[in-house]
Amino acid sequence: MIPQEIIWEVVRLTLYVVGLIAFAAFNAAYLSLAERKVPALFQLRYGPKEVGPYGLLQPVADGLKLMSKQLLVQDGTDVFLFKLAPVMVIVPAVMCLAVIPFSETVSARNISLGLLAVFSFSSVHVLGTMLGGWASYNKYASIAAARVVAQNIAYEIPLLLVVVALVMATHTCNLHEIVDQQAGAFWHWNVFRFQVSPLMPVSFLLFFICMLAEANRAPFDMYEAESELVAGAFTEYSGMGFGLFFIAEYANIVVGCSMATVLFLGGWHCPFGLLPGLHWFLIKLYVLCFCVIWVRWSFPRTQFYTLLNLSWKLLIPLAFINLVLTAVMLKIFG
Amino acid sequence: MWNYLKEIWLGTYSLMVGMWITLRLTFHRPVTVQYPYQTLKLPARFRGHVQLPLDANGKPKCVACMACARACPSNCITMEGHKPEGATRRELSKYTLDFTTCSLCGLCVESCNFDALEFSKDYNLASLDKGDYVMDLLKPAGKEQPK
Amino acid sequence: MTQGTQSIHRETFVLNLGPQHPATHGVLRIKLTMDGEYIEDAEPVIGYGHRMQEKMGENRSYAKYLPNTARLDYVAAMFNTHGYVCAVERLAGIAVPERAEFIRVITAELNRVASHLLWVGAFLVDLGGFTPLLYTFDDREQILDLLEATTGARLTFCYYRFGGVCNDIDDDFVAGTRKFIAHLRSRMPMYHAFITKNIIFRKRCEEIAVISAETCRKFGATGPVIRGSGVAYDVRKLEPYSVYPRFNFNVPVYPEGDCMARYRVRMDEIEESLRILEQALDQLPGGPVMAEKVPRILKPAKGDCYFNVESARGTFGVRLVSDGTDKAYRLKLRSPCFSNLSLFQECSRGLLLPDALALLGSLDLVIPDIDR
Repeated sequence: MIPQEIIWEVVRLTLYVVGLIAFAAFNAAYLSLAERKVPALFQLRYGPKEVGPYGLLQPVADGLKLMSKQLLVQDGTDVFLFKLAPVMVIVPAVMCLAVIPFSETVSARNISLGLLAVFSFSSVHVLGTMLGGWASYNKYASIAAARVVAQNIAYEIPLLLVVVALVMATHTCNLHEIVDQQAGAFWHWNVFRFQVSPLMPVSFLLFFICMLAEANRAPFDMYEAESELVAGAFTEYSGMGFGLFFIAEYANIVVGCSMATVLFLGGWHCPFGLLPGLHWFLIKLYVLCFCVIWVRWSFPRTQFYTLLNLSWKLLIPLAFINLVLTAVMLKIFG
Repeated sequence: MWNYLKEIWLGTYSLMVGMWITLRLTFHRPVTVQYPYQTLKLPARFRGHVQLPLDANGKPKCVACMACARACPSNCITMEGHKPEGATRRELSKYTLDFTTCSLCGLCVESCNFDALEFSKDYNLASLDKGDYVMDLLKPAGKEQPK
Repeated sequence: MTQGTQSIHRETFVLNLGPQHPATHGVLRIKLTMDGEYIEDAEPVIGYGHRMQEKMGENRSYAKYLPNTARLDYVAAMFNTHGYVCAVERLAGIAVPERAEFIRVITAELNRVASHLLWVGAFLVDLGGFTPLLYTFDDREQILDLLEATTGARLTFCYYRFGGVCNDIDDDFVAGTRKFIAHLRSRMPMYHAFITKNIIFRKRCEEIAVISAETCRKFGATGPVIRGSGVAYDVRKLEPYSVYPRFNFNVPVYPEGDCMARYRVRMDEIEESLRILEQALDQLPGGPVMAEKVPRILKPAKGDCYFNVESARGTFGVRLVSDGTDKAYRLKLRSPCFSNLSLFQECSRGLLLPDALALLGSLDLVIPDIDR
């Protein structure tokens, strides 16, 4: 006889997983609309406005189009890997969401190594993208596959170094506890925690840049560089094969922005110490998402070696300085 | 070392300026025209396909002198004229414009000495039927528009 | 290549860039032999859009060929027509009224500004930045509106005639052009802050794809490409035509030879063109815009002539040979893009793919001008 708590836990988790997949898909749909509406504002035009009021149903039309398309498989493609790759990209992104605490109560799993779980899952999608590019049997996609690996290795190092410094300061890997430590108004947030390290705002910036590169967003979208590689790793994907990559791209942005919110911006806490809750988390999350889109439409794409130089010559040394400084400060004042 | 730091600072500053410019233009009114709902006024000299303006009697002013057909670089004008009994001038009996080969250069209008040709302001010319583009300009206006 | 990598078995692959590729701006195909992302050889394959323009010029009368000239380099259509018209006028000995010459200069310089603005946007798209394209298009549309009101077309103008221009400009055009000059001058600081100073853009352009003046000379590159390599070659100064000698303007030259130098040359040329426009509008004389006694069917005497104009992309040359009939015996068009593209094979060796595409973008190619 299975104890009743376990059954309830399974039901709860199933509901959460369904909810998280829906959340990821919904975000992909409406962030893709934002991706067309926000640059339209920057570029003095209107963006999509035909489908639904103010074009709000445009994602539905896009989704229907993608679903109704045939998934073409070229000759010479490694079919198994080709079909596996989109799944390998989307699953880790949703898994990450399972650990993220959206508010004190809204969280699928509260595990003590939540931070570790997010970063281990989020590094899997690189593998998926690489496999997809490599299995496509297309030269552009192969170049993109090689690029994505080099880029993600280069940017995971500063990302993790920043996070390690943060873990040293907070003494925990539990995301709930990290947020709880930032309770109160905005000067309690980790981004302004100068008593731990005076470089905290810089390390937030580092985190944001690395997050952009990890999510392969412009100006670091080397594997999708449409003016060089046509569509990079997705060149041969059609229909929902491409659709899954697309959802995963936005899910990765949401995961990255959520992590930035949790680690640096006080999670669900209000900047003025009032009414903490889910809404504050979502506000912070979407402000960061807006910044991601804003950055993309303001700059040209970086060159590949500039990208690696930036990581190895600037971000990694800075992250190390931050790490050492945090350690010294903790030793002296902690 | 100093130059390195300076470059980092200038680089970061230039990126911030770029983001400021896009943000500032967010509050600018869109400059695009929502085409099917709004249309722009065409300038007076707009070069569309040609048409035959009518005189006071509702007849084309054309005297079928063939100057336009000769001036056309792509030979897209076919015309025929006849002289009715007792009339002082020739009259058109057929005037077709093969719009598929027309390059809208306007040399035909320029060649006309009788102001009998003018540019149409009609630009909604998309059609699925190639036959729609062989326009009989003698038909009453409004009928030659392909649907 | 260092010693270490050479001992490993190296394999190259052929990458077909085009004929349908986002970076080629048309039906240009480049056969790249690549070693990883490094380019070992790049062979441009042209002719997908060949329309036998030169032969057409030999088969129809001089006036009937006029509309074709606008379809060579459609981004800067005025210059092609200008070159052809001037060549025919030289052959037939037609004098052009002064006002017509001024109008030709004004419209041509407006077209040069429009062409450069389009290039800036398209170049940024090659580099992955989409927003500047929309800003430059906004400005370019204003020029096209002005030119449409005068010529009747937005792209394939076909405005010049043997002995003048077909329509006179009106006061609205003059006022609109003055307004546009002031508007674009106020926008230039924005472009420089948004594009020129941007660190990502600078890193993508500075010291990338350096072309030496020697290479430029060898391949006959002209226009902003050779001026970006430090040679002050500008037909408007060296073989002045039309009324250009009356205007005070500089030829921007940058000696670096990289993509940034070519970009800066074009940005400076926009400002110089605005200066020419201002002076031309100030000095605009009255009078007729069409020479009298230009025969309807032109039959130039037997002869041979060559005429150069400075197009937005370089030297556009027309060689006409007349045998005394109403059709040219021989028409040869020297298109600037063709010579500029021929550089690509030489200069792209050893470059990375994105850098090669930056080079391709900075050459400012219009493919129908190459294919003719």
